[in-house]
This record gives sequence, structure tokens and C-alpha cells, in this order.
Amino acid sequence: MKTTRRDFLKISSVAAGGLVFAPVLNWVPGFLKSDKPIPDDSKAKRYPNYCEVCFWNCAGWVYTDHDNKIWKIIGNEDDPHSNGRFCPRGTGGVGMYYDDDRLKKPLKRIGEAGAQQFVEIEWEEAIETIAKKMQEIAGKHGPESFALFNHGSSGKHFADLFNAYGSKNIAGPAYAQCKGPREEAFQVTFGHALHSPEPLDIRDTRCLVLIGSHLGENMHNGQVQEMAEAIDKQATIITVDPRFSTAASKSKFWLPIKPATDMALLLAWIHVIIEEELYDRKYVEELTFGFEQLKAHVKDYTPEWAYGITTIEPDVIRATAREMGAASPAVIVHPGRHVTWYGDDTQRLRAVAILNALLGSWGRRGGFYLPEKAKLPKYPTPENPKPTWTWRDVMPGQYPLASLPVTNVLVDASHPSYLGKHKVKAWMVAGTNLIATMPDLKRTIEAIQNLEYLVVIDTMPAEITGYADIVLPECTYLERYDMMRISEHRIPTFALRMPAAEPRWESKPGWWICKQIASKIGKGDYFKYEKYEDVLDFQLKEMGSSLEEMKKAGVKTFHRKEDLYFVEGHPHVFDTPTGKIELYSNLMIENGFDPLPKYITHAQPEAGFYRLIYGRTPAHTFSRTTNNANLNDLFRENPLWVHPKTAREWGLKTGDKVWLKNHQGVVSHFSTKVRVTERIRHDSVYMAHGFGRTDERLTRSFGIGISDTELISDVKIDKETGSTGMRSNFVTFLKENPHNSDKKEA
Amino acid sequence: MRYGMAIDTKKCVGCADCVVACQTENSVPHGYARDWIAETVSGRYPYLELEIRSERCNHCDNTPCVRTCPTGASHVIEGGIVIVTPEECIGCGACIESCPYDARFTHPDGYATKCTFCDHRVKNGQDPACVSVCPTHCMYFGDLDDPNSEVAKIVARRKWKVLAPEAGTQPQIYYLV
Amino acid sequence: MREELITSSRMNPHIDPVLHIWEWQIPLYLFLGGLAAGLLFFAAYYTISGKTEKYRTAVKIAPIIAPIAIILGLMALLLDLKHPAYFWQLYTTIRLESPMSWGAWTLGAVAPLSIVWVVVNLKEIFPAFGCKVPFIKRLLIMVIKEADNGDVKWDWKWEFLQKFEKFVIKQRVPMAWAMIVLALILGVYTGILLSAFNARPLWNTSILGPLFLTSGLSTAAATIMWLSKDHHERTIFSKIDLMLITIELFLISHLIMGMLAGSEVQIQAVELLIGGEFTVAFWTNVIVLGLVVPAILEILELFKFKVPVAVPAFLILWGGLMFRFIMTDAGQVTRYLY
Repeated sequence: MKTTRRDFLKISSVAAGGLVFAPVLNWVPGFLKSDKPIPDDSKAKRYPNYCEVCFWNCAGWVYTDHDNKIWKIIGNEDDPHSNGRFCPRGTGGVGMYYDDDRLKKPLKRIGEAGAQQFVEIEWEEAIETIAKKMQEIAGKHGPESFALFNHGSSGKHFADLFNAYGSKNIAGPAYAQCKGPREEAFQVTFGHALHSPEPLDIRDTRCLVLIGSHLGENMHNGQVQEMAEAIDKQATIITVDPRFSTAASKSKFWLPIKPATDMALLLAWIHVIIEEELYDRKYVEELTFGFEQLKAHVKDYTPEWAYGITTIEPDVIRATAREMGAASPAVIVHPGRHVTWYGDDTQRLRAVAILNALLGSWGRRGGFYLPEKAKLPKYPTPENPKPTWTWRDVMPGQYPLASLPVTNVLVDASHPSYLGKHKVKAWMVAGTNLIATMPDLKRTIEAIQNLEYLVVIDTMPAEITGYADIVLPECTYLERYDMMRISEHRIPTFALRMPAAEPRWESKPGWWICKQIASKIGKGDYFKYEKYEDVLDFQLKEMGSSLEEMKKAGVKTFHRKEDLYFVEGHPHVFDTPTGKIELYSNLMIENGFDPLPKYITHAQPEAGFYRLIYGRTPAHTFSRTTNNANLNDLFRENPLWVHPKTAREWGLKTGDKVWLKNHQGVVSHFSTKVRVTERIRHDSVYMAHGFGRTDERLTRSFGIGISDTELISDVKIDKETGSTGMRSNFVTFLKENPHNSDKKEA
Repeated sequence: MRYGMAIDTKKCVGCADCVVACQTENSVPHGYARDWIAETVSGRYPYLELEIRSERCNHCDNTPCVRTCPTGASHVIEGGIVIVTPEECIGCGACIESCPYDARFTHPDGYATKCTFCDHRVKNGQDPACVSVCPTHCMYFGDLDDPNSEVAKIVARRKWKVLAPEAGTQPQIYYLV
Repeated sequence: MREELITSSRMNPHIDPVLHIWEWQIPLYLFLGGLAAGLLFFAAYYTISGKTEKYRTAVKIAPIIAPIAIILGLMALLLDLKHPAYFWQLYTTIRLESPMSWGAWTLGAVAPLSIVWVVVNLKEIFPAFGCKVPFIKRLLIMVIKEADNGDVKWDWKWEFLQKFEKFVIKQRVPMAWAMIVLALILGVYTGILLSAFNARPLWNTSILGPLFLTSGLSTAAATIMWLSKDHHERTIFSKIDLMLITIELFLISHLIMGMLAGSEVQIQAVELLIGGEFTVAFWTNVIVLGLVVPAILEILELFKFKVPVAVPAFLILWGGLMFRFIMTDAGQVTRYLY
């Protein structure tokens, strides 16, 4: 390189005398040196783990620094979930460990429910009390009346405990508040639910269709990575979203659909694909059932018809359908993940599944690959007792397609208005903040207040802990062993979690808590191990590995047994009644539902109200990370996106403070700041989920932003699965603090 | 030898993993950021464009921060990386004022600090922390003088822009557009 | 609509949401530096031109303020440093391209020179005086003598100091030459310090050097005018001031015109002063109160109207101070847009 200005500068400053004086005068006594040297990766100690900040459970390494303190978390290159690269939440997982607001000791509530007034107690007393209460409730009402709400890895230990105890009323919001309808719609259509991570072959797709799925803002790590790869390979992306999402900005087509009309668009797409014969004819003939019925069914669902409903121009509907057809079978109509929107969600996801089937993407490269999973032997335990009733008996005959327990049914069974005989009397809540998770907050709280007992286990204080009789502090995933991560993927893998540090304060691992309780309620046989390492070592040795080996590798991968995609000429039998992909479903008829998805009109906001759309920010998982110092630093408050026209009508400017009131009169606790942006339709507002925390012990996130959940009081239940549709709430702006005027009136 | 970075705005989703990775790698105190995510929205609904950029010190060829530093604490090391020696910095703020990118700030201990391109990693042959963690692989780092390096190749192949070229700083972070 | 935003909630202290790394310390330092430069310039100028007696205030009395201003200014600078324990690093190197560096060196030279200048004049101004504060008196009589009546007498205790004093008095003119050069450098430096930052478009104009020099000279002239009891000296400095104000107004209008004829960022920058955030403050304090009103008052005085000298003098000093505050603040608001 020629002499640059930079070189010249160096020379000139030397000439100016720097060289003469500097060596002598730049001496600095050691004690004045302030920067600590940064450790060298290759020499630093590292411990394998898999991430618990979200459900993607990426495997990685936890590095420690010179003082053996947790320093950073980096992905494990052998892990197909992360491919060696974490998302911001995973990288920021260290903030979970270092959070001084964590729960430190077992707590016993002394104040009224919800008021967060506690005294610290010893572990022994806490376990003793819980065990006694569990036995008391089992004696009085039967163990079935004790329900478990769980989430995440350690939630599984608690599930083991409850199965041993005799209750199968174990539900996680991950089903009925998230992906339930999707799982059942794909089960009905393909005989295979999607699970997690979804078997989407995004990296090789030619066309990715996102319907309300904001990939890139939800950091479903592997999928975001593959979307970037697909962008590199010039794949077409079509995004259907009332908001110009990050994904929309990377799309060839952005369809700013009128919210709640997705079904009309899906049906019109199916119409065009059939009418213009864009579907995979051979695939449809060989592998699907009910094409003729479908064809007749969608005859009138023309793009022109859909235009009136969705506001998407007919030629755009046709153009996008043709893009999909051209890319077939390397096309993915993304099934999404959080799909509980309008109450006809199973049917909408059926339409998504049907569209994928027509395009022949299931089992095809660039579509849906066929996942495989490793099997780990079970640590021997006695047989679980058989409960006399389960959540299905609470409301017999309801929600026949739900394959997993439905959280809101358990809430219903706990509510004073429930008059049936299968009442739920007590809850244990492990790792899920139901207050920020379950819609219709009022009903949830009424149910909680009707309980005889509530135990909460978590790492952080949260709104739900305020109602608990006993709160148990769990240590974070960085401080404990847990079960192996076994998941479906392109290749079977499992991953180890081991502690990189001792638990802080008196927090304990979930398995330890379960073991203690079990032994006190006479179920010690179910947890017959000293340390969880014993279980892991037993399982790994059976698999021809060992705990020692896994501590060094972190992740173990296996060869596939079957092909990744369908092989030409090999007939495939689907796990459905007809053995084929069911475009038309008799199973749906048998259960009293439409065999083919139909368009239903959903309510639209009245004048002055706007549909509340919520979503993710890449920095946060649910409400659980808002107080994490590293992640709070990235994204502190959830601004409310407002279209410029709407903002003009209301006289709102970027940065203005607003409170929100929904169409049923529910007012937000706190305010948030307006962001006036072209990136949203005029009839909707948008904000990130998980903010507006009301627990004062959360020193970073308390009182910041608005909680979307508290404004979701109008819930549309999906009849097939019991899932809670949450996108039918409309809000209006309050420019003055509504809580001030309350006080004045009083 | 000239280290530089290329960042593909078409692939970047603005997740800010680069920001957290920098924070943990370099023990950047909470409340401070050496890198950040900026976005530009242009156009009118529904005809919109969104550009997302991961921004940081541009390790310029023409360094106003080094020029205005009265003590020589800000200086250029091998490969054109601009760094600050805390023990020579008096905290006068001149370098902060002189940076058109607002890439520098005062560390709570008093000295000026900023992105170092993770020189401690680079000298071991590793990528800077931000580049090494990026889930979308949208960042490329390497020797711009070496025509065979990935970064030089992508800068040669793709259309790019730099930030505020009119400031005359000759920044060495190339945004692929 | 176009939106530019940082989405990862960056809140670096003193950088976000707008740059404010320099608060009151730097503008005060610039003001005091300019004032000292002006005072030393006039003292040196009238010494060189041999009019020490005619302009006694300018040469002998007003310069007393100079070292005080310089010391206060350096203290302000020290308060601005966020890593002050390392301030000595300034004197380990000379960096010609860093105004901060040559400013530090200039001040390093000017400060002792001004102290010597003042101290050798003290004997003449205060041959002997009563000192009522015992502590100060005790300090003083460590170096100077005590008169029989208990007053402090400005006579060095040690002979070498007396000899040195005599030597300096003889070398007044060469010293004045050194001082006039350093004073001009210092005066220009107060402006160059800002204009060296091309990242702040409002500062990035070479007019700032002469403008700040003129403003510094003007504040010094006002100070001399205020302190002087001699009618002739006052009138002369009033006239000098009037001339300096005219030059200053001329330079300011050039600054604005030049910027308006500049690039987008410069136009946006100068709009802060003519129709933006800083317009009212700038026009009221700097242009009207600091320049136009004192100019009118001085013209009236030339036409034999009775105007208390403190009023225009104070206004000029006020205007000079505000000018530096506004320029420092406004400059930090301006930036390159991308």
C-alpha cells in the first residue's frame, strides 16, 4: 500500500518530539494501570451447556475468566441448533446469573396474595411445608387436584415429581398459548406434529412464505441463520404481516394484510394454485387425499373475493402464488410458532398445511425435511400411579384435538365459577410467569385466589411469585446439571448441561428440589440417585459414551437411519387414517369440525380503536429477560408503533407517553413511548411482549413499558384445541395518566 | 496489512448479538456500548425500505481522533486498528468530539474507550467477538490489502457504502447494500 | 417519512441522546483563555510601542487578571478531564496536530510569563500595603519584607530575586515581544480548539480562530476600559473596542454566510443559530446584548453622553462568555447525518 495519511501522521508525530520524550515520560506505575487483561479463549476454562434463555436450547460453552468467574457464553460448533453461534439472548445469558435481583432464599408469604410480602425461611422448612401440603391435598381431594404449570428444562423434573405423585394435570403455556393449533393441524394433515425446532429446510428453500411470523425479531436461532443463508442464495421471501417487520424488509413481496383475514388470503392462494395448476401434480396424486373436495371447496375463493377482505390486490395474490408454484417443491409456507390468534387457529394452520401439501414441500429438499431424534435410555423408576381423572375430564368432550394438557382448562377448573366435580385446588408453578403469559388476567387471578395452595419455583421474582404461599429459588442453567437435551433435527444429537459456577446464594437445582419433596411425600424411589450426574452417567454409558466424554464435547451427534427427504419411488405412509396427506379430513368431521378450512369473519376495531399486535424483540424471551442487565441494555422499553396518519389524528409524536385502554375497558398499568412509523398499518398498533413488569423487586424493568398481556382480556378459544386466541383485542390511547384521575375521583 | 470489516445489511436482522458479545468479551460496563444497531426507514407505507446496520468505530484511515489526541493515547497499531492506551489518556474528550460516528465514550474509570476490533483476538488469528458470534453471518473481517481475503473479495464484488464519507475520515467498515 | 434510529438502546453517558461531553468547563476555559490573551496582548503592545506610562492600566494593572484567569481556566480544564490523575501526560509529548496539545504547551509558557510580568509590576503598584489576614501575611512575608509599621513591603527577601527582578525589568521589551506572539497564539487557539473538530460541522470553519481572537481582544479591551481611571486611556480602549466589535460582527456574519453556502450538514448546523434551538439565546445574548448594545453605548459616549463605563464593559464580557457557551453547546448538537 502506498504511504497513506495515517503513515504520514505517525511520522509527523514522531518528528514532533514524541519519540524523544515518550519512552521516559510514558512510564506509569503499575497501580495506576486500570484495564484488566482480557482472557485468551484458547486457554480459558469452558463448560458445556445448552441455553435456557429460550426453548431453542442451543448448545454452547460457558467460559470463565482468570478468577474462575463466568465470563461469556459461545455456541458449540457441533450443535445443529446453533451452529456455533448464539443469539443475543443466549450470549446475554450471563446476565441471568449475575442478576442481583434473583430469588436468593426460600420465601414464605406473609402479606395478602399478590402483594409480594415475604419472610425468608430455610430450605428444610420450605420442603417440609410443601410436602405436608401435598399430602394433605392428596388426602382431601386426591393428588389430581394439584396441578403443575411448567416450562423449560427444569419443568420436566417437576413433571416427573407430579407423575410420581399421581397427577397428570401438567400443562405448559407453550401449548395452548403458543403452538398448540399448529401441532394439531399438522398432525391431522401430515400425521406428524412439527415440534421444536421445526423441521424447516430454510437454508435450501427457493421461496419462504411468512404469515405473521417475524423471523429475525423472534430469534429462533437456527431458522434465522438459515433465513440469512437463503437471502444469500437469492431465495424469494413473501411476508404477510400488517407490520413492515424485519423479515418483510428482506422480502420480495410484503403483503400488509388487514389483520384477522389471513384465512381469506390462504384460501385464495389455494384457489390460484389449483386453478392455474401450479401445484405438484405427481405429489398430490400419489400422496394426498381429498384433492377433488378441496378443489370444489375453494372454487369461489377467488383473489378478487379475497381482495375485498384482505386489502391485498388480486394481482399480488396471483403473483405470489405463482412464485410459490415456480419454487415448488423447494417452498416453505412457514407454519409459525405462536399461532393462537383468532380462535379459528387450527383451521388456519390446516390451510397452511394444505398449501404446503399442494406445493409438495413436505419431505422435500427446501421444504420440510424428515427429522430424526436420538433415544436416551430412561433412568429406572417405578411405574407411575394412575390418576383417576385428568384435565380432559374437567369439561368432557371439549377440545378433542388437544394432545397436551391445556393450561386454561386447568385455570377454569380452579376458578370459582367452575361447578363440575374435577376441581383443581392447588398449583405448583415452575419456571413460568403465568401473569404475563395467560390472557384474561382477571380470570387467572380469580382462579389463583380460589386456590388452597400455590408454590412457585423460579430464578427471578415475578408477578406470579407474589401470589405464592411458598417461593423456591432455583439456580440458573449455568449453575446446575440437567437432563440431556434430545431433539429432532437433520441429524440426531444430544447435548449436556453442566454447571460453570456454584449456585449463587441459596438457590438450588430443580432436580434437587424435586428429589427433596419426593422423599418427604414417600416417593423417594422415583428419584433414586445421589446427584443428577449419576443419571447422566448411567444414560450416557448405555449409549456408549460417558459423562466425562460429554464434558469435553458438549454435543454428540449420530448418523441418520433414514433419508432426510422422500426418495423417488419409495412410497411413504403417513400416520393419518388414510395413510396419506389429508387435504380433506374425515377425522375433523368425526370430531365435529369442518373437514376443510372455511373463511370466518372476525371482529374489526371500532372507530378510535386499533388492533393490538404484539411480538418479539430479538433481545428478549417472553417477560423473563427484561430484567437481565445485558439484555435490558439492548432493549429497555417497548415503544408503541403507530402509523403517521393515526398519530396525526391523535396528535401523537414520537417519544410521547401513552397509556392504553382496551375495548373492554382494561387500562394498562404503565405508559410507554410512541414510535410514529410507516412500518405499521393505520388500523393496528404494535409493541413487544413482556414489558410493563409490576414486581418492584425487578430493579431494572419494574414499571417500564406496557404489558400487552394485561390488555388481552377478550380471548377467542380455538374449539379444536382449547388454545387461547389473543389477537382480538383493540386498544385506544390515553394521553393523561389514568391512574392519577382515579385517585382524584376517590 | 489493513484490517477492515464488511457488513451485509441485506442479511443483518439487527438482533444486536454483536452488541452483547462485545459487552461480555470486553467486559464493557453495563449502560455503555461500543457497538450498536441503527436502522433507517425510508419511503411511505406500503412502499418501504429498511436498512439495518451494526455500527461501531470505523477504524478510519484518516483518524481525527488520533490527530486531536493531545497525549498520543489514541493511536494506530498494526493493521490500522485505532486503540486507546488508558494510562496515557487524560480524559479531555477531544477524541470524542472529533469522531463523526460518536463511536467513543468515556469509560466510568475516566479514560476514552471504544471498539478495538478485538485486537487481543485478532492477534491470535481470531475474528472480533461481534463477527464471530453473528447468527446471520452478515459480518466479514480480515485484511483488505489481501485480495484473497473474504472481506476483500466481498467488498470487490458487492455494492457498498461507508458512513459519512464526506467527513473525510476514510472509514474502513463497508456496508454492503 | 424517514426514520433514523438506534434500536439497541444505546445510552453512553455524555454521548447519547446528544453529545455533551463538554459542559461548562471548556467554554469557561476558552473565555478565560481569550481574556488573558487579550490582556497580555495589549500590555505587550503598549510596552513595545513605548507607551507604558500613557497606558498604565493596560500595561501594569489589567495584566494582574491574566494569570488569575489562566489559572482559573486551567482549573476548569482540569475539572473537565475525566482521567485527571494522568494530566501530566499532556507534557510528555508535543503533538502539533492536536490543538489541545499545543494549547497546553502555550499555556505552559504563557502562565509563568504572565506571572513574572505581573509580579515585577507589583512593587510599583503596591509598594507597601497593610495586610489584614494574618495567614496571607505570613505567606507573603516568607518571600517579601515586612515594613516597620507592620505593613507588607514589596521588596524581595533574597538578593537573587532582587537581581532577577532588575534583570527582567530591563528585558521588558523582548519579553513583551515573546508575550505578544504567545498571546496571539493563545487567542487563536481558543477558536482553533473547536474548529479542529470536523465531526462537529458548526465548529468546522477556520473563521473561528480569528473570531475567538477578536472576541478575546474585545473582552480584554472592555476589562481595561472598566479598570482604567484615566479618561484618555478609557476613550482609546472604547474606540478599540468599537473597532473590535465591528470586526466581530463582520466575522460572525461571514461565519453564517459561509456555512449557509456550505454542505448540507453545515447548513443544518448554522440553522441552529438562525431559526433553531439556539437562535434566541444567540441573538439576545451574543449579538444584541454582547455586541450591538455596548457598541451603541460606546458611540453615545464618544458623542459625550454620560454612560457608566461598567455597563458596556460588563455586557461585552457577558457576550463573550455566552458566545463560547453557545458555540460549545450548539456545536455538540451538530453532526454528520448518515
